[in-house]
Amino acid sequence: MSAVLELEAVSRSYGDDPPVHALRAVSFAVERGELVAIVGPSGSGKSTLLHVIGTLERPSAGAVRIDGVDVAELDDGELAALRARSIGFVFQQFFLAEHETALDNVADGLLYTGVAFDERRARAARALERVGLAQRASFLPSKMSGGERQRVAIARALVGAPSIVLADEPTGNLDSAAGQALLELLVELNSEGATIVVITHEREIAARFHRQVQMLDGEIITDTGSWTPRQS
Amino acid sequence: MDAAPELTPARLSPGDLARVASVGLRTRRLRAALSALGIAIGVAAIVAVLGLSSSSQAGLLAEIDRLGTNLLTVTNGTTFTGQTAQLPLAAPAMIARIDPVQSVADTGSVSNVNAYRTPLIPTINTNALQVQATSLNLPNVIATTLAHGRFLNPATASQPVAVLGAGAAQRLGIDRVYPGERIWLGSMWFYIGGILRPAVLAPEIDSSVLVGYPAAQRYLDYYSAVSGHPTHGQPTTIYVRAQTSRVRPVQSILAQTAYPEYPNQAVVSQPSAALTARAQAQSAFNGLFLGLGAVALVVGAVGVANIMIISVLERRSEIGLRRALGATKAQIRIQFLSEAIILALVGGAVGVAAGVASTIVYASTKGWTIVIPALAWAGGIGAALAIGALAGLMPAIRAARLSPTEALRTV
Repeated sequence: MSAVLELEAVSRSYGDDPPVHALRAVSFAVERGELVAIVGPSGSGKSTLLHVIGTLERPSAGAVRIDGVDVAELDDGELAALRARSIGFVFQQFFLAEHETALDNVADGLLYTGVAFDERRARAARALERVGLAQRASFLPSKMSGGERQRVAIARALVGAPSIVLADEPTGNLDSAAGQALLELLVELNSEGATIVVITHEREIAARFHRQVQMLDGEIITDTGSWTPRQS
Repeated sequence: MDAAPELTPARLSPGDLARVASVGLRTRRLRAALSALGIAIGVAAIVAVLGLSSSSQAGLLAEIDRLGTNLLTVTNGTTFTGQTAQLPLAAPAMIARIDPVQSVADTGSVSNVNAYRTPLIPTINTNALQVQATSLNLPNVIATTLAHGRFLNPATASQPVAVLGAGAAQRLGIDRVYPGERIWLGSMWFYIGGILRPAVLAPEIDSSVLVGYPAAQRYLDYYSAVSGHPTHGQPTTIYVRAQTSRVRPVQSILAQTAYPEYPNQAVVSQPSAALTARAQAQSAFNGLFLGLGAVALVVGAVGVANIMIISVLERRSEIGLRRALGATKAQIRIQFLSEAIILALVGGAVGVAAGVASTIVYASTKGWTIVIPALAWAGGIGAALAIGALAGLMPAIRAARLSPTEALRTV
């Protein structure tokens, strides 16, 4: 079993006087095919953790390895390439381009990977199908419900078949029914093979997932442990 | 751990770059249009000024070419003591003997006589008109024609008949010739024989009332004496047409030929050269308008820079998302820089089109050849490009420097 993501004593602090420690020597690993919830109250450091895992932010100390590549050894361009290829993001606010159709929004997930335009659209159509929005491909985000928008965002994260999908409070802007449906979708996508890390402050959401990592004050306090995916 | 060698950021294809760079323009059209307008106005002003001045110059030069650049004039200068020199009576004939000279005409200024509409006009109201005695081939040599009536001929040249220059006719209030029409010249009536069209190469003829040398001698006391016998008056201006290829050599010997005794009292000039110089000097007045155009361009550039900075602030989350999707700093930079350049180029293109259109409209109403110098349109586009790059650089650098996490943080 290969680790998609490994964190080794990762710390992140801001400022100098006095420094704010957002992460304190966090170590954990995510295996391929896992569905992990990182749960904690606000201020517990989970957003910083997501940014560090997503290589949007470099750790102050410790090592982050994605697909076995040590992030510290990469320059900005290489990091960007790593994000384009290996990491998919889902944000609480969706961040969809309002002037583009759902299909083009999803295709933009491949914009920085070097895939040609037509191929991007073809893959985007398949990704929309996977999240059950094939019939909404030509809709603008403004014509879609919140749940649909978030599914478009998930399709955008999945379209490049990344090693890991990071979802930051994906249900935060959804009503409970849409939130439930979205969680079911994540579970389903995971059962199809996607590695997904979800960050949330809601314990009920975390409870739906196979593995829960609980954070407080920049440290992991409990980890339900590495889960071995079913062998098929 | 090996840093996987395949981790090189993919390049955006030109089509993708164009699509990405035009996001801001497509989603905020009115704003884009307004900020491009500043540049459009500046470029239009510059193109129109350059185009119009070139077209008017081309029009004037074409007119000069049509009239011929081979006309030379000899006029009487001043003597050593400061008095008006007198050209010899034989000067026109002597000049005609120069081989490359094709034709010669001459006029003599009858300075003691003025022209009036009627004898009732106070003598002080001369209308600044000159009365000139003329040889009969003057219209041919100075390349003008009759607007009305006929020019003087050997019969009318000795009769009290006058031909009016275009300006003289206007000032006397005469716009056509009818039988029996006359003006008061000196102390008697002269009948109007014809009215000339404007003479571009010899503007002094426009304000002249022309009579024949014999008539001037008989009725206006314009005469000189040759060995005691009175004959017609001396020429004061001699118009010379030379072969175009040999204008310079003719010009160099003209003074000596016209007045062998005192060549320095004969003033030789080439009216077309003066006109050409004037046509070219006109462009000097363009400096002011070009300066105004440049000011408009600078204001436009500030507008574009302002819009781009606002755009970067507003689109922080888009920048953060693009970074999360794998855009490098350089790709963010090039996106915003390209957007500014496209914005400025659109403005530049609209400006060039507007400048060219106004040049075409104005030049065709004036009947000029339409000349848009390459400097004007290429310079306009080039200036827009440079402005876009300059105005976009700082906002683009700011966009690229924005840290992804900061960009993704919702305000």
